[in-house]
Amino acid sequence: MPETMRRPDLPPPVTTVGLLGWIRQNLFSSPLQIFLTCVMIALLYTLLAPFVKWALINANWSGESREDCTQAGACWVFIKVRLGQFIYGFYPRAERWRVDTTFVLLILASLPLFVPSFTKKVWAGVFLFILYPFIAYTLLVGGVPGLPLVETQLWGGLMLTLVVAGIGIATSLPIGIVLALGRRSAMPVVRAICIAFIEVVRGVPLITILFMASVMFPMFLPQGVNFDKLLRVLIGVSLFASAYMAEVVRGGLQAIPRGQYEAAAAMGLGYWKMMGLVILPQALRIVIPGIVNTFIALFKDTTLVLIIGLFDLLGIIQAASTDPRWLGYAIEGYVFAGFVFWIFCFSMSRFSMGLEKKLGAGEQSGWAM
Amino acid sequence: MAVENKETLAPARSAIWNDTRYRMVFFQVLVLGAVVAFAAFVISNTLDNLERRGIASGFDFLSSTAGFGILMHLIDYSEESSYGTAFLVGLLNTLLVSAIGVVFATVLGFTLGICRLSRNWLVSRVAATYVEVIRNIPLLLQIFFWYFAILVPLPFPRQSIEIAGVFFLNNRGLQFPAPIFMPGFWVIQMAFLIAIVTVILLIRWAARRRELTGRRFHSFYASIGILMVAPLIAAIITGFPVSWDIPQLKGFNFEGGLVLIPEFGALLVALSVYTAAFIGETVRAGIQSVSQGQIEAAYSLGLKPAQTLRLVIVPQALRVIIPPLTSQYLNLTKNSSLAVAIAYPELVSVFAGTILNQTGQAIEVIAMTMAVYLTISLLISLFMNWYNRRVTLERR
Amino acid sequence: MPTPINQVQESSGPMIQMMGVHKWFGEFHVLKDINLTVHKGERIVVCGPSGSGKSTMIRCMNRLEEHQRGRIIVDGIELTNDLTHIERVRREVGMVFQQFNLFPHLTVTENLCLAPIWARGMPRVEAEQAAMKYLERVHIPEQAHKYPSQLSGGQQQRVAIARSLCMNPKIMLFDEPTSALDPEMIKEVLDVMISLAEEGMTMIVITHEMGFARTVADRMMFMDSGEIIEENVTSEFFNNPKSERTKLFLSQILSH
Repeated sequence: MPETMRRPDLPPPVTTVGLLGWIRQNLFSSPLQIFLTCVMIALLYTLLAPFVKWALINANWSGESREDCTQAGACWVFIKVRLGQFIYGFYPRAERWRVDTTFVLLILASLPLFVPSFTKKVWAGVFLFILYPFIAYTLLVGGVPGLPLVETQLWGGLMLTLVVAGIGIATSLPIGIVLALGRRSAMPVVRAICIAFIEVVRGVPLITILFMASVMFPMFLPQGVNFDKLLRVLIGVSLFASAYMAEVVRGGLQAIPRGQYEAAAAMGLGYWKMMGLVILPQALRIVIPGIVNTFIALFKDTTLVLIIGLFDLLGIIQAASTDPRWLGYAIEGYVFAGFVFWIFCFSMSRFSMGLEKKLGAGEQSGWAM
Repeated sequence: MAVENKETLAPARSAIWNDTRYRMVFFQVLVLGAVVAFAAFVISNTLDNLERRGIASGFDFLSSTAGFGILMHLIDYSEESSYGTAFLVGLLNTLLVSAIGVVFATVLGFTLGICRLSRNWLVSRVAATYVEVIRNIPLLLQIFFWYFAILVPLPFPRQSIEIAGVFFLNNRGLQFPAPIFMPGFWVIQMAFLIAIVTVILLIRWAARRRELTGRRFHSFYASIGILMVAPLIAAIITGFPVSWDIPQLKGFNFEGGLVLIPEFGALLVALSVYTAAFIGETVRAGIQSVSQGQIEAAYSLGLKPAQTLRLVIVPQALRVIIPPLTSQYLNLTKNSSLAVAIAYPELVSVFAGTILNQTGQAIEVIAMTMAVYLTISLLISLFMNWYNRRVTLERR
Repeated sequence: MPTPINQVQESSGPMIQMMGVHKWFGEFHVLKDINLTVHKGERIVVCGPSGSGKSTMIRCMNRLEEHQRGRIIVDGIELTNDLTHIERVRREVGMVFQQFNLFPHLTVTENLCLAPIWARGMPRVEAEQAAMKYLERVHIPEQAHKYPSQLSGGQQQRVAIARSLCMNPKIMLFDEPTSALDPEMIKEVLDVMISLAEEGMTMIVITHEMGFARTVADRMMFMDSGEIIEENVTSEFFNNPKSERTKLFLSQILSH
């Protein structure tokens, strides 16, 4: 056979590639598919068209009061007018800069942790977890010269949601790690206590824990000791989230091969050094997706505090929709709230997926409320 | 030195506080002591506070009269019933909405999961969008949405939406006809029972026949036929012994028939839609966990796609799907407690809500509520352990 | 002259005919103008560097892959979008995979009986007897009630061969059957394949095992970049390779 040059590639048949090919393969590849595609298009049109008309085309965007809203579309004026309350709750208007400062500071303080090239991450971590809470507390609560006291009853809206979620997230991870280690401990008493705590907390709905925090905690303290309601709720939420975090971390610990534990022990590292320097860094990296999923679930669960009388974002929107001046605009409120929550949670979940891709396969957590 | 002094052969005595065993025991004693001390502190304070506020203790309150009504009750209940009965009513309502929710969520979830894997881009993307939107919005918000946005604007009973002349939709709920079973009805029930038994025997006979001779008998269609025809024949023979109590508008409200309150509907829809999103992802992951090679091997042996699905893909996928699926069922049951926000009278709403407020006996009430959920949780864990053991035994 | 589509040929004509077959994966032209004919009882070994399209070519033969241009006729049945044709072809053609692909949730016996019972409608007792017969053929009858995860790689592959044989195929396709095996287990699988060849089974084998190829193959094919570069009787192929690329490939593969 004569020696031929490599035969040149021919272009594929026109109907199999390009836009035409894609449409044919993915939408119209068989009679059944053609039918499904048509059904889907019809369904989407009947569901989306009215919504888009209501939410965007016929909606009212500008104005100051109810009169500026026609009945044809969504009354976004309602949201615009009450936006301050939705974000800050009942926080005094003059002091709102303190809330802004607190959260801007939070973003600035956590940014270095995400920049890969930043080397002084330990210092950033120390600042974020040890110094920042005091700064934030002082700013938000006040009571010191120059910063008038703002009681926690006045906190509300998105600000309160972020406070509850943030503190819940910040405390659930360390407590969860301790619980997970305790669950695997060789000491039976420690192990029993941890297992009991984790299984009981994971087996009951969050609302019962919140009821317990709201109603029972005051009884546990001697009379006369005032127990701030927000603080009670924070404790309840943190303990709840810790139990789920403990299971996620446990999954990571189980995934580390025995050889790592043995090598660390053989090097003469004590229990805490072994955990802190060798095991936990690896275990936590494996379950980062599970950890972020737990954070997302926690963020969504903060809405439950409205049931016991704290006005988080959803709570304050609900309360606003019963205002006589704005009756009948509950839907706009819910759509707005849904949108805000969706942005936060979707961003976190995309972030987690990005991390998952970067680090390889991840473990799934059991809590997906 | 050739011979070691005997003394140096004795085991080294370390300080007792460095000996790991003693350290562990000591630490545990410390921990136990701390827990006990904390518990004692809490208990003494609690007893103090209870006495100070004049709140009773113990479970006697369960036999006191409730004094409040409940809109939806599966067992007989009135204002004269006891707190204990109210507890049962709440518990049954929890189980009702959870059981039906589990069914709806499973059907919807499996459909979603399969749609996600469809070759049709539109179907797959719509399913994916559903999952991404629903999963990232808090359930409580979704419950509010379904309740306030859809059901509250329903008309007053006088302006009900009529469907087929016997269903009435208004802001009190969906009123529908209640069946009244007249004396001859037992014949139809009998016929249905006989039909079920016949179908079971038929399926077994068909399977045996296939094993022995290889010939297939499509028992599916025959079964459906039998299940529908037998009771029908019985009904014709006895002259249709069922009459209907059709809801009638009397004054401002309806009388007669049964009602599905809007709170139940909203909670059911919200729970089903929400949980289905998670189940959908679980199902998708399960099906994708079956490697492509399995399908290719089955096809190259001559198995049709439907057979491959049934015999090769589904058994393997189910092993991966069922553990997280039962976990989702547990989540759904726990999430039903959010009903307290829209006053659907389930366990938390009735017991930890109304009754706790009335009696003030927070500890007993919350303990009982938690105990119920813990029991459900435990039962599901036991099932999961049994299932996992059964599945792994098969593979070893 | 290509065989008329509707006529079912008995074994007088060629077993497999590929005429002017092209295949693209998206923009990538993976099979370029493949023409080959395989007669009953022939044993063909296909070799070539990875990515050359060998796997894709034999997967087109039982429609695990679809070709976009050209014709493929297997035992007189043309492979088109017609499902009945595809099913008939798949019953006649058995395939053994590099990754074995045994069904992990079924025992060895159940693996073997699955297709005969559900695709051919065989009674279970008959299917189990046939299964035992083929298990003895591949020398592992004692593993009948074990699960695939309890068997070694070589045993699993032999079970896979037995599983394909249970459908009484006229053609057996092997896609690198020993590439995933530890070296000490390769021989047991090759021995089974040799005995199959000796019984007159029509076989197409993709492999790098040149010793096996020399023993068993009637014809050798060398593929590269989607084309069949060289095709010849085994002895001629090894002793007088015509193409430069064939020579290069053989030198690389025969050197160790």
